[in-house]
Amino acid sequence: MTASQPTAARPFAIRNVRLLDPESGYDAHGALLAEDGKITAMGPTIFGRDLFGEQIPAGAEVIDGGGHILCPGFIDMRVFTGEPGSEHRETLESASRAAAAGGVTTFVMMPDTDPIIDDAALVDFILRRALATASVRVLPAAALTRGLKGEAMTEFGLLQEAGAVMVTDATRAVGNALVMRRCLSYASNFDVLVAPHIDVPELAQGAANEGEFAGRMGLPGIPGIAEVIGLERDLRLLAGTGARYHAGQVSTAESLEVIRRARAQGLTISCAVSAHHLALNELDIADYKTFAKVHPPLRAEWERQALVEGVRDGTIDAIVSSHDPQATEAKRLPFAQAAFGAIGLETLLPASLGLYHNAGVALRDVLAKLTCGPANILRLPQGRLAPGAPADLVLFDPDAPVRIDPQTFHSHTKNSPFKGRLMNGRVLRTIVGGRQVYAAG
Amino acid sequence: MPCGGCLIRLYPVPAMTVLKQRHLLGIQALTRPEIESLLDLGDSYVPLSREVRKKTDILKGRTQINLFFESSTRTQSSFELAGKRLGADVMNMAVANSATKKGETVIDTAMTLNAMRPDIIVVRHQDSGAVALLADRVTCSVINAGDGAHEHPTQALLDALTIRRRLGRIEGLTVAICGDILHSRVARSNVLLLSKLGAHVRLIGPKTLMPAGVERWGASVFHTMTEGLRSADIVMMLRLQIERMAGDFVPSIREYFHFYGLDHAKLKQAKPGALVMHPGPMNRGVEIDSAIADDVELSLIQEQVEMGVAVRMGVLDAVARHLPNDPAGAQ
Repeated sequence: MTASQPTAARPFAIRNVRLLDPESGYDAHGALLAEDGKITAMGPTIFGRDLFGEQIPAGAEVIDGGGHILCPGFIDMRVFTGEPGSEHRETLESASRAAAAGGVTTFVMMPDTDPIIDDAALVDFILRRALATASVRVLPAAALTRGLKGEAMTEFGLLQEAGAVMVTDATRAVGNALVMRRCLSYASNFDVLVAPHIDVPELAQGAANEGEFAGRMGLPGIPGIAEVIGLERDLRLLAGTGARYHAGQVSTAESLEVIRRARAQGLTISCAVSAHHLALNELDIADYKTFAKVHPPLRAEWERQALVEGVRDGTIDAIVSSHDPQATEAKRLPFAQAAFGAIGLETLLPASLGLYHNAGVALRDVLAKLTCGPANILRLPQGRLAPGAPADLVLFDPDAPVRIDPQTFHSHTKNSPFKGRLMNGRVLRTIVGGRQVYAAG
Repeated sequence: MPCGGCLIRLYPVPAMTVLKQRHLLGIQALTRPEIESLLDLGDSYVPLSREVRKKTDILKGRTQINLFFESSTRTQSSFELAGKRLGADVMNMAVANSATKKGETVIDTAMTLNAMRPDIIVVRHQDSGAVALLADRVTCSVINAGDGAHEHPTQALLDALTIRRRLGRIEGLTVAICGDILHSRVARSNVLLLSKLGAHVRLIGPKTLMPAGVERWGASVFHTMTEGLRSADIVMMLRLQIERMAGDFVPSIREYFHFYGLDHAKLKQAKPGALVMHPGPMNRGVEIDSAIADDVELSLIQEQVEMGVAVRMGVLDAVARHLPNDPAGAQ
């Protein structure tokens, strides 16, 4: 790669790129100028002249984008790290390098660490630690209930003041409807985003999607209705509270129906789907591949297709990586005993672009779920290409063929279900706040 | 076909390849010719066990380890006898209460044993897929003696051999498998094997004991014995774990026996002369009436046990043909 390393202090311009802003639909060959970590000007290039050519300050670094796509850096609303508590899985530093390599410039960190992030001081710790070690923006999510136990609500107001962007119990559902009702009601006081794990825990005891395939493999099944009933309950409780609700990860066609109905009734609800669930189905666990054991489980092909439609028609607001590093020893076990979770930061782009390449979803719609979609849920200024917005950018080639090799990944662990797969889409440069944090080698 | 009378060499030299793989992990991967060859080979070992001198030297010098993560009496002893009658050195390892409790994983146990250079490892494990996981990491042959609710290939083979010897064929027969299909590896392997050989398979049990999607297994599904047993040639009863009868899956033993236990009244629905099978160990008075279990005219249960040894000798012989330096000179 070039020796050019733009820094926040030094203005820089990227020329010869396809500027693509999913929010406004702006899509033109042009150039972009960033100063002091913010986008200051952008515009098309006509007859070889950048429309703001005269404005490029002296001493600014000029990068040739090679005609590739420049769009807002991706915002990933669901990332698990191992810091604090199990740094062998992932640290904020390694997660941020993986994120940068995946074009992710902001990620939300799940609170199920050790200790659990259920106290304002711990939110502050994560922010400081991220500032010191991480190369991308890390936004902590705080626990919805103390100790993730589903019994007593956390201090939503103080947690939000400390910098938590949402409250969630990560992978644990709040089984008690009364607790959930009060959480939603109380959260609305502070306009806190509530993103519970959706499940009926009693129904979700299992290892794989309930159905013919798991039945034949002799694996205990997790039925789709575990999620649908959990979501239905939450949305019934939500009605009348005025809280902001985010379904952190949905996996079934019926969940999308429930969300459409709730929206028609005027409820404020957003939802996300993981790139794994858009790119894979239940058959990917064949031969008991534990790297494809995720929660919720990979569903049947018709459910996957419904999720793709949900992206196309806008029911789904965000695509997440659900990046969940698991050590080899937690995965080299019989399927039912193995841990749930798959890494996803470094495959987020190619997995999402599958919708554009194979399902005919418009590129703008796919990218919106990675940029302005999550930005709007989280009320962030980034996630858009516009003068004044943070210079969080990703330059990528949507067509470049890649063979997924987890050994080359920056994550500490290599539990990728895409290992060996041929996909399209390669991140070339990632820029956070005007500073280059990744350049493809 | 080998000659049943000669005791020293039971099959012609060079031995033919019976299995395409060096492992036997399940029925699913087997073709009909492979299954039929395994049954023929097992059949050829039946006479040997009825002799006074029950030993041959086909596996002489070979080491067979029976690695049982889940306790078993009859399958383990059947494999032990089969190995010994073929001349192998057989070692039994019950891991159920030792290494795995200390945190050692299946793979570690497998690799430790593999370093001792056994030729064949016979594995039973309580988790589906665990035997295949282990087979991936070892250089010897692996035989699945039951993995979770997934497969139990030698049980299906011995059941098929028992039926074939008694009725002369499998193609076209109606076989009703009754009971806890959900947790049963025996049912899964039998559905696969019997379907591959052209039998009509029926599955009978309460809905709580049926896996999701069972209607697409290629078998007919019934929830009452009277319908399911109608004009069946073979009635195969499955064991119901006692701990699953206290209200989790069925409300009580007496209700289960009343509706799904096999007695003479229910058996009347089946074809006259229909035969009864059970993989054992039986819960008398839960899934099967003693009067039927002990009726030599009806019950194939003792014969199943005998065929178990013969089929396992056939399976051990077949996988051993893939081992390096096979004395018979086959690949």
